[in-house]
Amino acid sequence: MITAGIDLGARTVKAVIMDGTKILSKAITITGFEQKQSAEEALNNALKTAGISRKDIEYLVATGTGRKVCLEPPISANREVTEVIADAAGAVFVHPATRTVIDVGAEEGRAARVDEKGSVKDFVINERCAAGAGTFVEAMARALEVRVEDMGPLALKSTRSIPMNAQCTVFAESEVVTLIHEQTPKEDIAKAIVDSMAARIGSMVRRVGIEKDVVLIGGVAKNIGFVEALKRELATDIVVPPDPEFVGALGAALIAARKE
Amino acid sequence: MSEERKEFWRWPEYRWVNPDIDWTKGKVITAGVDVGSVSSKAAILVDGELYAYDYMRTGASSKDSAIKAMTWLLEAIEPKMKLEDIHYIVGTGYGRVNVPFAKRAITEIACHARGANFLWGPTVRTILDVGGQDVKAIRCDEKGKVISFLMNDKCAAGTGRGMEVFADLLGVPIQDIGHLSLQVKEEPPPVSNTCVVFARNEASALLRQGWPKEQVAAAYHLAMAMRMVELLERLGVEKDLVVTGGQSKNIGIVKRVARLLNIEPLPNPTKPGYDPVAAGAIGAALFAKALYEREKGVK
Repeated sequence: MITAGIDLGARTVKAVIMDGTKILSKAITITGFEQKQSAEEALNNALKTAGISRKDIEYLVATGTGRKVCLEPPISANREVTEVIADAAGAVFVHPATRTVIDVGAEEGRAARVDEKGSVKDFVINERCAAGAGTFVEAMARALEVRVEDMGPLALKSTRSIPMNAQCTVFAESEVVTLIHEQTPKEDIAKAIVDSMAARIGSMVRRVGIEKDVVLIGGVAKNIGFVEALKRELATDIVVPPDPEFVGALGAALIAARKE
Repeated sequence: MSEERKEFWRWPEYRWVNPDIDWTKGKVITAGVDVGSVSSKAAILVDGELYAYDYMRTGASSKDSAIKAMTWLLEAIEPKMKLEDIHYIVGTGYGRVNVPFAKRAITEIACHARGANFLWGPTVRTILDVGGQDVKAIRCDEKGKVISFLMNDKCAAGTGRGMEVFADLLGVPIQDIGHLSLQVKEEPPPVSNTCVVFARNEASALLRQGWPKEQVAAAYHLAMAMRMVELLERLGVEKDLVVTGGQSKNIGIVKRVARLLNIEPLPNPTKPGYDPVAAGAIGAALFAKALYEREKGVK
């Protein structure tokens, strides 16, 4: 049975096509102003790679902030699921020992405790504050004049711990500028940034409880500086699966196989 | 290639000296320096009367900002006044402990209440102070003594910085954005995101959809006013209400707060130099006077 999952996020759209439990293809595009177009582009790219057409997909499930849009043509998803449910299904599939899944996307952060079947036992979401999401790192990278993908490796170079006072992205920008003026090395500032974000995500995760194995997914999981900071913050090992940003879409494709 | 980028968010700096006072004839000269997270203010009193004040952007260092605000003000005074001519200086604001020449540091909450009492008189009971990186609701008695307060200094939503972000986005000078926000026939729904970063994204999308600038400005002003009113209502509002800090000069905010609360704040004082932005510095200078007199045993 061929299924597909689409995760229409704030910054990127991810599409995954599966045949049973075998992944046929993956595609990612930037979420543009026209969300439908972006979703269509991601799906079409995934179809092309898999060498199939839309009618070959028996069941399609949408997730992500823009999932409602995917219920309409041209995507015409059969149903939608919340990100937390998709994350749980996807994380347990890629790492069966997952009991806590943390998803840090561009504009939201989520944490869920899950059972061995990938069902959600409890969860917590931050969708109101940019400081607990990828947007925070992006804004700080801009202030630091560093590419966002370089932030993680840069932070790893530092051995110092500089506390950041600001909890708000807007205030933190000014604080980073002050640190630059004070000639603080860039790697130390980068570490202060990932540390402060880890502290925020950590306090969110603690609200739901930490049970091993802890799996980190979402775009921010690709920031190795943040991963190390979160390990320190939670005092636990953290598993980052390959292609962590696709786990939500993967979960949606798996849920599609149930045809519920 | 360099391109000059206009800083729409930046408030103009200014200073004022009372031409009717000869400070050399004064007995007690005191000053207050309010080093805020965004702006620094200095005020000088001669025998308890407002003599001079200024307003500047805070730099990277609180200490340097305090020195600059004081130096720039002293430079405007004729005949020349030196720092040593001032009998007592109190520091206040976010950077109050870093004011090198201050004998004491007092919280900006106490200073704003004291300053508001001076600027508007003893009928003031509630103060809404909208600073660069915080927003406070303060209740005080007829002497300007603080009874209770609530503050948000964790999040840019509802603060002056949030408004600066929008001035920048809309390309409208910060001192004009309030007027612009009132140029709408009908009030649009408020910007729905609380977070300034997300609100900015939301506003960009509205602009792309073809919303005129004034409508986007109105939507953000309304959202911001709603947050302020929420804070005020949690504290409880007693008349008279006044607004201090940068947003006291934003008619778009003041009008909306008045409408939502159904309480008209007292208009800004018309007496020269009585600037609600300097309320904290003036309050600090008043505390300085009281402290000096207590020290000297003057009644």
